[in-house]
Amino acid sequence: MILTGLIIIPLVAGLSAWVSARWNSALPRWISAAAFAVKLMIVVMIWASGGAAYAPGPSCQWLLEVRHDWIPQLGISFHLALDGLSLVMVGLSAFLGLTAVICSWTEIREQVGFFHFLLMTVLTGIIGVFLAVDLILFNVFWEVMLVPMYFLIGIWGHENRIYAAVKFFIFTQAGGLAMLAAILALYFVHGNQTGGYTFDYFELLGTSIPARAQLWIMLGFFVGFAVKLPVVPLHTWLADAHTEAPTAGSVILAGLLLKTGGYGFLRFVIPLFPEAAAEVAPVAMALGVVGIIYGAALAFAQNDLKRLVAYTSVSHLGFVLLGVFSRNELALQGAVMQMVCHGISTGALFILVGMVQERIGTRDLNRMGGFWASAPRLSGMAMVFALASLGLPGMGNFVGEFLVLIGTYQVSPWMAVPASAGLVLAAAYSLRMMLRAFFGPASPGQSLVDLTRREAALTAVMAALIIWLGVHPQPILTTVARPVEKLRVHAMTVAPDEMRSTPLNFSARDFGSRTLPTGAEP
Amino acid sequence: MLSLLWLIPALPLAAFVVLILVGSRIPRAGVSIVGCAAVGISALVSILIWASPAPYPLSNGHILALWTWIDLPGFTPKVALYLDLLSMLMVCVITVVAFIILVYSTDYMAGDEGYSRFFAYMNLFVASMLTLVLADNLILLYVAWEGVGLCSYLLIGFWYKEPANERAAVKAFVVTRIGDVGFIIGIFLIFNSLGTVDIQEVLRRAPSQWEVGSTMAMAAAALVLAGALGKSAQLPLQTWLPDAMAGPTPVSALIHAATMVTAGVYLIARMQELFALAPVVQSAVAIIGLATLLLAGFSALVQSDIKRALAYSTISQIGYMFLALGVGASSAAMFHFTTHAFFKALLFMAAGSVILSCDHEQDMFKLGGLRKQLPVTHWTFLVGAASLAGLPLVTGGFYSKEAILSAVWSSNTGGHLLWAGAAAGVLLTAIYSFRMFFLTFFGPSKTRAKPERGWLMRVPLIVLAIVSLIGIVRVLAEVHLTIVLYIAGYWPSPGDAATLGPGLGIEMILASVASLFSLVGILIAYLLFVRRRDRTEAFAAQPMAATIHRWWFVGWGFDWIYNRVFVRPFFWLTGVNRNDVADLVYRAVAWLTEATHFGMSRTQTGRVRQYAVGIAVGAIVAIGIVVFL
Repeated sequence: MILTGLIIIPLVAGLSAWVSARWNSALPRWISAAAFAVKLMIVVMIWASGGAAYAPGPSCQWLLEVRHDWIPQLGISFHLALDGLSLVMVGLSAFLGLTAVICSWTEIREQVGFFHFLLMTVLTGIIGVFLAVDLILFNVFWEVMLVPMYFLIGIWGHENRIYAAVKFFIFTQAGGLAMLAAILALYFVHGNQTGGYTFDYFELLGTSIPARAQLWIMLGFFVGFAVKLPVVPLHTWLADAHTEAPTAGSVILAGLLLKTGGYGFLRFVIPLFPEAAAEVAPVAMALGVVGIIYGAALAFAQNDLKRLVAYTSVSHLGFVLLGVFSRNELALQGAVMQMVCHGISTGALFILVGMVQERIGTRDLNRMGGFWASAPRLSGMAMVFALASLGLPGMGNFVGEFLVLIGTYQVSPWMAVPASAGLVLAAAYSLRMMLRAFFGPASPGQSLVDLTRREAALTAVMAALIIWLGVHPQPILTTVARPVEKLRVHAMTVAPDEMRSTPLNFSARDFGSRTLPTGAEP
Repeated sequence: MLSLLWLIPALPLAAFVVLILVGSRIPRAGVSIVGCAAVGISALVSILIWASPAPYPLSNGHILALWTWIDLPGFTPKVALYLDLLSMLMVCVITVVAFIILVYSTDYMAGDEGYSRFFAYMNLFVASMLTLVLADNLILLYVAWEGVGLCSYLLIGFWYKEPANERAAVKAFVVTRIGDVGFIIGIFLIFNSLGTVDIQEVLRRAPSQWEVGSTMAMAAAALVLAGALGKSAQLPLQTWLPDAMAGPTPVSALIHAATMVTAGVYLIARMQELFALAPVVQSAVAIIGLATLLLAGFSALVQSDIKRALAYSTISQIGYMFLALGVGASSAAMFHFTTHAFFKALLFMAAGSVILSCDHEQDMFKLGGLRKQLPVTHWTFLVGAASLAGLPLVTGGFYSKEAILSAVWSSNTGGHLLWAGAAAGVLLTAIYSFRMFFLTFFGPSKTRAKPERGWLMRVPLIVLAIVSLIGIVRVLAEVHLTIVLYIAGYWPSPGDAATLGPGLGIEMILASVASLFSLVGILIAYLLFVRRRDRTEAFAAQPMAATIHRWWFVGWGFDWIYNRVFVRPFFWLTGVNRNDVADLVYRAVAWLTEATHFGMSRTQTGRVRQYAVGIAVGAIVAIGIVVFL
């Protein structure tokens, strides 16, 4: 019931926000903010009551589950489940949703009701993606994220918004198509083997698929998630979409939409296709490293402040891909941590860039400089998040990157070494941004109004959160401990050679725990 | 007392938090009190711990665990402090020097608009530096390692309106980060091979798992060394330090002379058991140290900016410390670190006094003759320069440099060639330090100096001058002895026997030679820059001499090479790819689609005759395919 609520709340709030705009333009903002606040509270409540359920152990429970028949003839059901990983991602969604509403408080002035309706719909889709354990339901939510985002970019975006929106739509849609094909293939392979046709994640988990077919089906999912993450060379939609979107759109895009890709790898690619995932792991990790370096190099060259921040996402999400396919405990934990912290820090950077653009009407670095003198608080906040972005220890991002790298090193030192070089490039692009925009002599007539109370409170909370995650990351690590443990066990039980002969025997609800001798180490 | 250990880094950290949050809203006096008091109390606590009864159990190390930072299976780095004699020494020096410099700064920075920001950053630096030396595991050490780098960046670029300052700051951060990446890869390697990041545990396990000279041990030591080279501005990563002088002078004194730049020395001393397993790397440390100390010494000899000259001299003196570490004499290195911290801070602060009195003029050729006008500065600078030059018997610098030289002479890894180089360095040091002194305080007076600032700036100078002089040498010698005993008892190895010194006869001879070099150097400086200054300048103007002069002046052209080999190609490559070549593929697809679309739509002309032709041709082709294939 709570899970259904998590999905219904934003939908209902979105509709009422749209309607309420007829009476008062401030009403949609308050309704949306309230909806996210309620959701955040629900997440915290679930988290607080979870207790020991997070710690890694032999038994594997889903914290919450809800299931209704939807189209039983085809084996489709409305099936949601929540474990520690989903909980963290849903919590992040609620938090970033709230920040997106607050940061567009003064920026969005036209069609306020419709804007908030779309915003809430995107969030509905995102939260659905994080909760759905029926593949058709998952695919539905996957598409639900897409359409409203297309309108958000296309209507409220900047100069080149139509081009960016179409590009975003085509890329994601193509990826989604590949994934849908793979879902259907998996459905038929499973059905042929067992006679029971179903889209249920738990049922599909144990399917033993011939190696060649498995690789192709896995690639379908891989492409779908790789476009979202994004993985180089499928990243080119990202810069345009992030740059042209309104601030709230950029926050949601960078903070959450990209994370659905990372979540998909963790939730579907590795558990459903452990052998195929093991097979492509070296390639995927190499793509991760390429993303880290290439994204950083692109970010370094940009003169459009927002585009610069957009490309840093390519670099940071490279760490996620690297961590996911390193498939050991440290790297997987690091990948989750990196997703959470990147969501907050890059979200905050987009918010700050949005504030600058709102004030001076440009994103061009060549027309900025010396903001520190007139707006020390805004510049100080930018400094904090630039430092988070370059992976300064003491900030959450460092924990993520560090865990990914140390875990990767255990699997493949030669991947970890060039990836670490990304840290130097991160310093270069982050500090270049500070140098060009905030330091130096103030350009004449170019003074910036400092943060208002609302803006200061928003960014201060985000800064506090990112520092808290850096100093005390354990709550997040503990929450995702059990899902990650399951994943690792799952990925590692299948050594690439033996798996082809031995079909795997996972039953729903406790995959991994029976097949693995307790205490086995990879 | 030991239970109060956490206060030492926590107090400056608390002061940072207070100052960054409300610093701009409280009066300056409040800022000064918060900023100085936190570090002052830290210094007091450090000294109390040092002086509290029975410090010798410390040779086993005292661990104070605060909280578990990350708790994952097999990986549980804690936030824990580790106190032994090595970290005790570092803590005392850092807190005391930092306190003195902060008191000095209250006057030096008075009137600056970023007053509270300055004290906030300085306190954050002190907190990070203390955490660095107290860290119990490599991860916490790395956290603090980056933390001091951040403060260095923030403070070099403190006067942010000048783009050159910011560029220097970015350069410092990026260059040191190149070393840091080496260091962090070293941490990965150590964790992967030894299964722990706890420093003491690493040092215990390393000898049992790695043989002397094994590839893994060498790789680990080399990677740790990379971090140390960046932070301590040694070849080939030394280029950032001279530019770092863009920061306010107290920053140069504290961060870029006394403390942060010696973090690399501390790291190698801390990990010396690891370096003992990698003799080749250890020799490399010695050779890098010697090369750095000579190259930087020559550069110091020709600088005209007083702070730049001091910066090169810092690089050179840390070269001495690396040399000592390379021959396994970490106690001598730490001894030199201690004396250097005091006399180099003194020199920078005296230089700061000159700079303030002469309207921010830093060019020594435009200063001169300030002897009478700035008496306190003059005398204290003299003490500092004498200590730097290693003036025999009366200065601390003499004893510490002597300890290094004799260790180099008698170590197996060192040898007499290294000693000769180091001794030549003594001569060089004496010449350049007194060149600075004579150019600034002797000769014709070229500027009208304002009188010296108040007692807040003068007293710290005098205190440091006294510390640098003989009164304290006894104490320092004892410190030295304690460390020798501690390290010898704790980890005896062939290299370390050197620190106990060669035979008395040879030691006397070596000491006499070095003393002679130092005195001769001072004499040469006097002749070159006071008595025969006109001839020196005439000589320097000759084409050959001028070329060499320019070469040394720009630090042997490292920047020139790095710019051409790394910086410009990077800018060029990223600039060329600004619009992302990967996107061309998709643009091409889009273009192709549109082109096809337009091409096809051309055929829709509405003319029936053309359509009929189309149908006929299509039918023929279709039939042809069916018939012939």
